[in-house]
Amino acid sequence: MEILRVENIKKSFSGVSVLKNINLSIKSGELHAIVGENGAGKSTLMKIIAGELEPDSGKIYLNGKEVQFHSPLDAINSGIALIHQEFSLVPQLTVYENIFLGREISKSFLGIDFIDRKAMKKEAQNVLKTFGIENIPVNSKIKDLSVANKQLTEIAKALSTNSKILIMDEPTAALTLRETEKLFSILTNLKSNGVTIIFISHRLEEIFQIADSVTILRNGELIATKQINEVSMEEIVSMMIGKSMSNRFPPKPSKKIGDKFFEVRNISSDAFKGINFSLRRGEILGIAGLVGCGNTQVGESIYGLRKFDGEIYFEGKKINISKPTDAIENGIFLVPEDRHDLGLVLQLSVKENHSLPNLDLFSKLGFVSTSTEKKSVRDTIAYLNTKVSSINQIVENLSGGNQQKVVLGKWLVRSPKVLILDEPTRGIDVGAKFEIYKFIYEQSSKGVGIILISSELAEVLNLSDRILVMSEGRITGELDPQNATQEDILRLAVKGKES
Amino acid sequence: MTLSNGFIRRYGVIFGLAGIIIFFAIESPNYFFTPSNFILISKQSSINILLALGEMFVILTAGIDLSVGAIAGLVGAVAAGTIVATGNLFLGLIAGIGIGIAFGLINGVIVAFAKVPAFIATLATMSAITGITLIYTQGEPIWNLPSSFDFIGQGNLADIPFSIILMALAFVAAWIVLEKTKYGRHIYAVGGNIKASRAAGIKISAVLVSVYAISGLLSAIGGIVLASRLGTAEPTAGSGYELDAIAAVVLGGTSLFGGEGWVVGTIIGGYIIAVLNNGMTIMNISAYYQEVVKGLVILLAVMLTSFGKKYWNE
Repeated sequence: MEILRVENIKKSFSGVSVLKNINLSIKSGELHAIVGENGAGKSTLMKIIAGELEPDSGKIYLNGKEVQFHSPLDAINSGIALIHQEFSLVPQLTVYENIFLGREISKSFLGIDFIDRKAMKKEAQNVLKTFGIENIPVNSKIKDLSVANKQLTEIAKALSTNSKILIMDEPTAALTLRETEKLFSILTNLKSNGVTIIFISHRLEEIFQIADSVTILRNGELIATKQINEVSMEEIVSMMIGKSMSNRFPPKPSKKIGDKFFEVRNISSDAFKGINFSLRRGEILGIAGLVGCGNTQVGESIYGLRKFDGEIYFEGKKINISKPTDAIENGIFLVPEDRHDLGLVLQLSVKENHSLPNLDLFSKLGFVSTSTEKKSVRDTIAYLNTKVSSINQIVENLSGGNQQKVVLGKWLVRSPKVLILDEPTRGIDVGAKFEIYKFIYEQSSKGVGIILISSELAEVLNLSDRILVMSEGRITGELDPQNATQEDILRLAVKGKES
Repeated sequence: MTLSNGFIRRYGVIFGLAGIIIFFAIESPNYFFTPSNFILISKQSSINILLALGEMFVILTAGIDLSVGAIAGLVGAVAAGTIVATGNLFLGLIAGIGIGIAFGLINGVIVAFAKVPAFIATLATMSAITGITLIYTQGEPIWNLPSSFDFIGQGNLADIPFSIILMALAFVAAWIVLEKTKYGRHIYAVGGNIKASRAAGIKISAVLVSVYAISGLLSAIGGIVLASRLGTAEPTAGSGYELDAIAAVVLGGTSLFGGEGWVVGTIIGGYIIAVLNNGMTIMNISAYYQEVVKGLVILLAVMLTSFGKKYWNE
């Protein structure tokens, strides 16, 4: 039975059409996945359904009746809740306070309404229990919870308002494999309780694991809605990008792998233990592992962002890295996992971000030479095919792929010797991914040693010349990508974890 | 292409100043809208603008310096005291400026190394410095300053008041540093994203300590101009200046969250405050009401900027 239908929904922002006549039907009690590249209109459509945006035209029907939402509250009152990637929880408050935020249970005493914490705690526990999430401590403050538990709290908050339709925007993006499994079992449980779930994801594997049906959006148009057992992953990908994507990866270049020039000897910190590896010129060394295995911290430590014990040898000499400048001086650069946090100053321009670590190259006696600077920025964006309206465009307004190219580009100027790429294609659409893969190959062909830290198994397998797998802060094995499979990586990635 | 919020931030304030000037020009064409009155306004705004320029460096790094008025007061007293004691003008100026930079450095070290939030750190030093001024002066004004000292705040150079020349020099210097130098870029970057700046190899503590030192230096110059204009160093002369300085910076469109701001805006912000004071005085509005109007104008300007931003973004 149909629970939600949208008809002829159109939406544009400042003249740019973002949704072009969308017609979508969602069945009651199903888990409906929405996929599409960045900019396809997924989030806009979800925001319209959840009352956060109003469509320019078109209708929404809930249980066959037309509804009009002017605010998220309207949608919540109709039983539709949207869970964002960025949580709407108050970090300083507890789980139960967040669940009842704005709807606090109170008891009257002498005509004054006092907050009834006992009732709120009990009710919160009930909600959590009903949906099998009971191991979240209701008294904990949100800021002390893991990302996974924050997400579950957010779900509990939505369910406590009797939501019948739960919309989730990339809920697994920040979860570990086990947390993802847990979330999926809870979602299955919710489904059996009659909750309808709309699920945006970039990870096609998990859609095949959990979804009942899938809708593909591209450039603001609805391309198709299919039952999950009617389509293959290749079909979905080609519908997403509009062409057959037999080649998600560029052809491997023929390159010479040179001498061992970089070596990490027995480095340890609170996030990893006894890490040893070496890197050759032109080699792409994959360091795979699940989220939280410590590979990110290894990369950040080598770049001088974290304290560690142990030794690093570079071009035959022991080098001391205690701050980023030490790494930069040696030609060792990091492209961080979270580009908004560590890679970019969002309110500055493309030019200013590009120049940030390179001002010494562009300035004389402390004064920036704008002509040298502009030439460098222009050359770099041309080489990387970065799409910007001008070099003065604020990077916050760029798409994820173009932002990442700005981060990559700033190091190109300094002729890198070692590039540490941490999840270089996270949150980037398929087209931009391809270009970044090409860039990685080009750099390695030039003799740059590349450390590729990634939890995307296909990426590590296809690009790397050699793969190390980490689990619980230790290297649990080395694989030759020529004759290794995703399962081989996964087996090593969960080694040392219970179950 | 849509108008960016940078445009609103930058040019909205210019229209605001123009509007206020037109209002007073209509109300009082004979007194307000005259060249000599504009020179007077510039002279009146010079001290606040000197302090505001320093304050802007700090706010660009997402900090705040509440001690600028206190530093100005102490510097005026130390400079005057030294001149009276030694009879040497330059010794006095050097002592004053040295004290200003020293307290700026202390602020910077507390913020950058002891990691005390800037608001608390400079609130504490503001209080301490005010106390030191009172101890140093024993609560008494310092009189009998030589006429050579009066020149700084009262004299003219080629018919232009020297304090305006000082203000203009400080403006040009600040503009060059912020717009043209590597160091200026680092200030914006640290204010915009301290973690990404560190990852880009910028020496964060050096940037933080130095902006407070610059604020101390400009407060010192402002304090000397103030003492010279008054012809005496009043122990409490600087009190309240920090709020006008912050107001000028914010009116000028600098973001209190750091990373965004324009030197010209700060100058215009300073002028808005000075024009309001001057115009309302000419219109015989009581000083009590003036404060209320000033507060409302600041509020209105900041609200318009944020509404404008929202409007243009949609």
